[in-house]
Amino acid sequence: MLPLSDVIHLGITGIAQGCAYGLIALGFVLIYKATEVVNFAHGEFMMLGAFAVLAFSEALGWGFWPAFVLGCLSIAAVGYLVDAQIMRRIIGESQASVFILTVAFGFIFRALAGMIFGWNTRSLDTPFDGKIGLGSLVEINLDRIAIVVATVILVLAVYLFFSRTRYGVAMQAASQNQLAAYYMGIPVKRLVSFTWAIGAFIAAAAGALLAPVTQIDTTIGFLGIKALAGAIVGGFGSIPGALLGCLLIGIIEPFADYYLPGIKGVSAYVVMLIVLFVRPEGLIVQTYKKKV
Amino acid sequence: MQFLFKTHYNDDIRFLAKTGEKIRVALVIGLLIAAPLLLADYYLAELGLLLVYAIAGVGLMILTGHTGQVSFGHAGFLGIGAYTHSILLSHGVPFSLSIVASVVLAGAIGMLIGRSASKMHGFYLAIATLAFGILLETVFGEWGSLTGGHAGLAVPGLQIFGLRLTSAWQQYYVDLLLALVVILGASNLFRAPTGRAFVAVRDSELSARCLGVNVEWVKIQAFGVSAAITGLAGALLAHHLTYIVPEAFGVLESLKLLLMIVVGGLGSILGAIFGAIFISILPVALSFLKDVLPPSIGQTAGLEPLLFGLIIVVVIVFEPLGIYGRWMKLRFFFETFPYYRKSSFVRQKSYLKTERLR
Repeated sequence: MLPLSDVIHLGITGIAQGCAYGLIALGFVLIYKATEVVNFAHGEFMMLGAFAVLAFSEALGWGFWPAFVLGCLSIAAVGYLVDAQIMRRIIGESQASVFILTVAFGFIFRALAGMIFGWNTRSLDTPFDGKIGLGSLVEINLDRIAIVVATVILVLAVYLFFSRTRYGVAMQAASQNQLAAYYMGIPVKRLVSFTWAIGAFIAAAAGALLAPVTQIDTTIGFLGIKALAGAIVGGFGSIPGALLGCLLIGIIEPFADYYLPGIKGVSAYVVMLIVLFVRPEGLIVQTYKKKV
Repeated sequence: MQFLFKTHYNDDIRFLAKTGEKIRVALVIGLLIAAPLLLADYYLAELGLLLVYAIAGVGLMILTGHTGQVSFGHAGFLGIGAYTHSILLSHGVPFSLSIVASVVLAGAIGMLIGRSASKMHGFYLAIATLAFGILLETVFGEWGSLTGGHAGLAVPGLQIFGLRLTSAWQQYYVDLLLALVVILGASNLFRAPTGRAFVAVRDSELSARCLGVNVEWVKIQAFGVSAAITGLAGALLAHHLTYIVPEAFGVLESLKLLLMIVVGGLGSILGAIFGAIFISILPVALSFLKDVLPPSIGQTAGLEPLLFGLIIVVVIVFEPLGIYGRWMKLRFFFETFPYYRKSSFVRQKSYLKTERLR
């Protein structure tokens, strides 16, 4: 049996990891709700975000925060363009083609990132190094806390945006019925692209905050698949569900890696498959059967 | 322009209705049979591999192209076929039995997946099959006592009814025979009620259900058939690889299969074959491109995945029906000459049609 301090340590690692998954999943769910497209390249937005923040902080030398804002905004612009230039054209195609298209984006982003920023692992200087003690039992890294705090702030911001602002409500309307939204004079196309930008922004923020934990290289985008698994565990249709699922996956993962080394790295998928077999719609069901 | 004058009900479901099609198919089959006389051993082996990929493509096409169920884990079935076949062969089971066993096992696992998949929707299925593929790769790697683990497993030589088939042309004929059987069988499936039900489920689950199609059972069947055919391809692939490792059946291989059917053209058997030709030529074309381009560009790491991704994007955005769509338009141009117009195949504008209620 593990000593208590290790259990707490693994638990906190798990919560931080789960929050990072949750941030990525937030983008997944927003884009899914707006367009019914699952963006398999979302992990790559995160990877690009980390690289962009790194590049800005190296090029400008103004420290972390300006680089963070600029990096996330530039990835948001990439997200906007991806939708406005390409995804918009294929609305109504079979889902298979759309999935494969986003997977192809993943390939392109990864290759481009490697060509531009190099294939080596890089590290990013953030203001969050150092530890704080929690009682005398455990010490927590500050970067972990930063992830959790950022998750809470961003989730709150997204919630307020969608419930309180004109644009957010218009986005909800467009998500519920696109055609009706068009009839109401809502600029659906622009809003959908804007949703992509928000999703990409959040993913980029997650990438930059995760950088001290995972380091930065072109393969960290694969975390996105685990975030997707987490979102599915919770139920893709709802943001709280997806966040809960991600937290669950994040907390299970370090313990599963410790106790079952045979499935190291794939425990997230095992959990997801079990959940899908038992409850095919995820733990929190949001979709209902269509009636004729 | 050729007019089809139907004199019998069977004319509606004939494999090849037009004379031109018959001539073309006969020509291709004739060339394939004569190939060992025309090609050197290396190219013959490549052609055999192409046929194996065509089989796998037909398998995935039935599921993704015709039934509309996306699978990101089909290389897993390829792996099941390859590993079952190799393990049985190395335990002394004859070829004919072991290939049947690998087809049956892959099909049975496919039906099991299909049973749970029949309750899932759209991308839940995609991600579940992706996880299935990743897990299978892990299983192949970790179950060392059976599969040889990450060190790999040697595949015994091809031997049918006590006859050792060692030369390239013998192996090629085995591939060709099975490929023809699979393609004929798949075409036949889609003139029968079962296959038509597959297509109905793809086009609209709701209306298929209203027409009395048992949607869950159709999905299970589609998964079973598709997995069985892919398992067969896996067994044949094992002979081409001669040494199998878990990484050969990972996510990248699944994506390669998907690339094949998307570029070839979703929803047609011919598309799977075009796709197989495409991915067989692609590496050759890429290495040629590397030589032609100036070294500063050609030798950049990551050029291949970049082009790989770009090709998929370009094909999906500009020609959603893939190579098959081009072929169809070309044929239409010649058959209806000079009536082809730019607007003959204009795509309809569409908006998001959701199955969700909230």
